[in-house]
Amino acid sequence: MTEPVVAKPKVSVRHLNFHYGTHQALKDNTLDVAENAVTAIIGPSGCGKSTHIRCYNRIYEMYRGQVATGEILMDGRNILDPSVDLISLRMRVGMIFQRPSPFPMSIFDNVAYGLRLQAKHSKGELESRVEQALRHAALWDEVADKLHEPGTDLSGGQQQRVCIARAVAVEPDVILMDEPASAIDPVGTAKIEELIESLKARYTIVIVTHNMQQAARVSDYTAFFFNGEVIEFGLTPDIFTRPQKKQTEDYITGRFG
Amino acid sequence: MNGVVTAIAGFAAVLGLLMLLWILAVIAQKGLGAINWSFFTSLPAPPGETGGGLANAIVGTLMITALATAMGVPVGILAGTYLAEFSRDSRFAGAVRFCTNILMGAPSIVVGVFVYTLVVVPVGHFSGIAGSVALAIIMLPVVTRTTEDMLRLVPNSLRESALALGAPEYKMIFQIVIRAAKGGLLTGVMLSVARVSGETAPLLFTTLNSPYWSTALNKPMGNLTVTIFNYAMSPYADWQAKAWGASLLIAAGVLFLNLTARLLARERRSKRSGGLRPARVGQ
Repeated sequence: MTEPVVAKPKVSVRHLNFHYGTHQALKDNTLDVAENAVTAIIGPSGCGKSTHIRCYNRIYEMYRGQVATGEILMDGRNILDPSVDLISLRMRVGMIFQRPSPFPMSIFDNVAYGLRLQAKHSKGELESRVEQALRHAALWDEVADKLHEPGTDLSGGQQQRVCIARAVAVEPDVILMDEPASAIDPVGTAKIEELIESLKARYTIVIVTHNMQQAARVSDYTAFFFNGEVIEFGLTPDIFTRPQKKQTEDYITGRFG
Repeated sequence: MNGVVTAIAGFAAVLGLLMLLWILAVIAQKGLGAINWSFFTSLPAPPGETGGGLANAIVGTLMITALATAMGVPVGILAGTYLAEFSRDSRFAGAVRFCTNILMGAPSIVVGVFVYTLVVVPVGHFSGIAGSVALAIIMLPVVTRTTEDMLRLVPNSLRESALALGAPEYKMIFQIVIRAAKGGLLTGVMLSVARVSGETAPLLFTTLNSPYWSTALNKPMGNLTVTIFNYAMSPYADWQAKAWGASLLIAAGVLFLNLTARLLARERRSKRSGGLRPARVGQ
């Protein structure tokens, strides 16, 4: 079903199934995520988009009764294997959530949080890594003079960019974004989309979005999900201009979803 | 009919408010006269003599309550954290929650008698520590409950964000979740202190009272509530006046703690909530 469109995948998902208790949310997902590119996952609400990427860092394990089976190969290793160390996995796979979730501490401490978890850094090193991360998140100019004010005092769009800075500060390989702009106003959304474009040179990005224009704008590859299945996957222009499946076409032309 | 119900309910509400104001007015009227400099600085005068103060009882109450807080608050916060974070829906957590609710309703005199047999009888004499243990037992369920409630208000997105950065669960809880709920936890602690600082019955069986200066927690200690109990029943007018003064002092202290807790809770809900506030929209 899925053509081998990705030559050198960073993440290869094979036969991924997911259960919430007795409800099966993902059915036999197979998908390749290209390195240093943006892969968008689109589909109607409840189709399993978020559930799918929540397997990449196994964050679902926080909840009882949620089980993933199958394989997710990251650099050749199946990260669903119980022997995989969750902490080092999550340091390699960052995540941005739907609602901005700054920690109840200063902007500086927010961005430094992951760095401090990794290792002891000198004060100077910490300062330069935080500045670098905030620059990569296109936020430095707005917050340089208030680094020690609470992160929660910023606007929603700025809070979300603090979260992005917090994720890129630890220099992960993969960044997962779960509808990162859905709670943000249009100006903030535009800034986050620009940011995604600039981040892909350094990171492999998977973004879940219900906004098809957004997927078309920011992504290189697009996967269309429906009812927990990967219906179609390919280069973004192909999916949006020449969809192979009837369901994909119906969805992107707005006939349902 | 609607008007009648509104009127009756309104009358009941006014009655409640009126009672509080009435109590405060009587205590203030009778107590203010007893409060002067030596009330805070002198030791009690011998029976029948006028003058003197309740310095030993004031210090005793502060010490006993502080020690009770030092024992009850950490245990309560950890227990509440366990219920909210580590074992949300287990059967054991359900049992602990049930016992906490029962303990919350336990009459304080029962707790006093319990600590009497547990601490006072084996040791052989009354002590400040025994009183602190009794007060800590009364604080425990209050702190446990508010801690659990407050931690449950912290959105899961915050927990997920911390775990997603590679934080171990204990760091996620102690560095992020508890910090996000800090204001609420502080409110709970203050309310629990206010709850026990007016208790008499548990101290009667544990700390007793003392007319002498003593800061040794392993001996009987002066304290305000048992002093009120003794002085109010005495035949000496000066002691009765001192009892009114002590009542005023305790009422003012409890009122202050409650108001501070409320202010903290309000501040938490408005600006600078630290995590619990929804994001502001717009740039």
